[in-house]
Amino acid sequence: MSLSTEKRIQERDVVIQTIAKLMIPFIQLFGLYVMIGTEGAGGGFQGGTVLAASFILLVVAFGIDKGRMKMPEGWNAVFKSLGLYLYAGVGGLLCIIFSLGKAEYLNYCAIPLAKIIGGPATRGFWVGNIVEVGIGVTVMAAFVSIFYDLVRKEESVEEGGAEE
Amino acid sequence: MLPIEQFPVLVVAISLLSALTILLAGWLNKKSCFYISLATITFQFILSIFILRHVLTVGTIHYWLGGWRPPWGIEYVVDALNAYVLIIILFLSLLAAIYSKRSVEHEIDEKKLVTFYTLFQLLVTGIAGVVVTGDLFNMYVLLEVCSLAAYALIAAAGGRALKASYNYLVMGAIGVCFYLLGIGFLYSVTGTLNMGDMRLLLPALYGNKAVQVAFVFILIGLSIKCAIFPLHTWQPDAYTYAPSVITVIISTAMAKASIYALIRVIFSVFTVDFITLFAPIADIISWVAAIAMIFGSILAIAQFNLKRMLAYSSIANIGYIMLGVGLSTSTTLGLTPALMHILNHALMKGCLFMAACGFIYKADLRDIRDLVGLARRMPYTCFAFLLAALSMIGFPPSVGFVTKLYLIFAALDAGKYIFIAVIFFSTLLMIVYFWHVIEIMYIRVEEKGEKEIKVADAPMSMVIPGLVLAVLCFIVGIIWLIGTPMPLMDAINSGLGLGVAVP
Repeated sequence: MSLSTEKRIQERDVVIQTIAKLMIPFIQLFGLYVMIGTEGAGGGFQGGTVLAASFILLVVAFGIDKGRMKMPEGWNAVFKSLGLYLYAGVGGLLCIIFSLGKAEYLNYCAIPLAKIIGGPATRGFWVGNIVEVGIGVTVMAAFVSIFYDLVRKEESVEEGGAEE
Repeated sequence: MLPIEQFPVLVVAISLLSALTILLAGWLNKKSCFYISLATITFQFILSIFILRHVLTVGTIHYWLGGWRPPWGIEYVVDALNAYVLIIILFLSLLAAIYSKRSVEHEIDEKKLVTFYTLFQLLVTGIAGVVVTGDLFNMYVLLEVCSLAAYALIAAAGGRALKASYNYLVMGAIGVCFYLLGIGFLYSVTGTLNMGDMRLLLPALYGNKAVQVAFVFILIGLSIKCAIFPLHTWQPDAYTYAPSVITVIISTAMAKASIYALIRVIFSVFTVDFITLFAPIADIISWVAAIAMIFGSILAIAQFNLKRMLAYSSIANIGYIMLGVGLSTSTTLGLTPALMHILNHALMKGCLFMAACGFIYKADLRDIRDLVGLARRMPYTCFAFLLAALSMIGFPPSVGFVTKLYLIFAALDAGKYIFIAVIFFSTLLMIVYFWHVIEIMYIRVEEKGEKEIKVADAPMSMVIPGLVLAVLCFIVGIIWLIGTPMPLMDAINSGLGLGVAVP
């Protein structure tokens, strides 16, 4: 590999870095809005994808090392499991436990949290949000870890190329 | 105390949660992965026993996820057929999990250990899910869950397993696409995905070309997943090069789940009326099965690699199951022979693969010709292999004998005598290749002489599951002959509208 390409990989563009710094918080805010800002059901997957996109932008602008600092792979695994726990554990298994085995899995009406916080109109809204955060977190972690794996492949290819 | 109606969903949900827990716990302590997986599968197995008892005493369990009623929401239905298959696959998964401890430590890189067990648990989740679900699209999703896990797990062995896994990936993806296309056609005609609902809506539409095409698509798609004879090309490589424990679980639990899906779609979504009047496939299935029984056995004779030989033998045995399915519409025995062989083949093949992988673990013996005098060095593993091989040949009162007996009864009852000849011929071929191995293991003596031989068997955690299965091959055979499980078989047959005298 020639010197110039190596240089190009290490030196990042100032414009991209600045724009990324400005945009990442807004992208993440938008992701959260898609996830829990709307009153309807759904949006967990889309919100998670937008959140993951912000991390991918971070890696594109600042390089993989910075990305790994902000979002280590161990945390990624934790997020993956955490999202599923929120979804299946809180959203589903608690339904069964709180209703003493009468309500079905994923039957959110059975969770008393909804009864404490608000009236029947907002009941589904609150529990739905918890579930959607769960979906979003898992989707985000999964996308980021797929992206990290691809980046690692790229690195090993580059190393292999450098030896030739 | 939870009511038993909740159990079908717990079998799937707890297993899924446990898969991700393994990912977390493995990050802290690598050794905990195995124990979490083992505990979960044990728990699932206990749940499945309760489910079977409930189904037999009270009746079919209908579980509506989220409280949504069936045509709109996803429904889990467990009737006698589900409960029977569920208990088989979870028992085999449990033994495979016990078997996994030492073999995985031996074969899998320590870095990959955590993800390996995560995927293993996801595989079990998918298999259990396929069996309990009552929704066609949900079945597709769970088939994909277990298939994707299986592709990655086969590839975990590295080397030639990568190519085998890729082959399986392509073939499996094609199969699942066919299945999905079939569901799409059915959905466009009926507007429902629920199996029970579809069964009610379809009879008016049996003449419809889209329904008939959908049936053929689903049949072909699931046949690829089960490795039925002309569509088996992915199977020998995948079984040969996969890590030991994965060979055991995909050849028993996963293959049986796919066959369950096929039986469920043929007889429960479509009905016996459809396949006798509108799409006369019963004869085609029987003939294809007959060819598979002979073809698989002949190719098994030609193999030198022990695992590969067993893989071809699996193709022949899938043929036995499909022969039972093909004959089921024209005999009073109904699906009984096919259902019997689902259990019997799982027991026998699980034991044989465990033994074969034990040889590889201990002495890296893959070639049949290298097994000379092995019975003296690894007596327990070889004994398990011997029992299962005798059972496979059809030594009374083993399970293999019972299957063959009932298949012959079914063929006699249906008046299709040619299949009796096929069964005898296939059995002769089986004797050839299993006796070849037994002769090398037990009768030939090593050149070194008697003095140097030391007993060095595989570790206990790998020998005991194999021995349990080997002994069960004979105990279950006797139980079949006594006729204890026949009420269960009758319940399944009457649920599917089979087993009555057909003109």
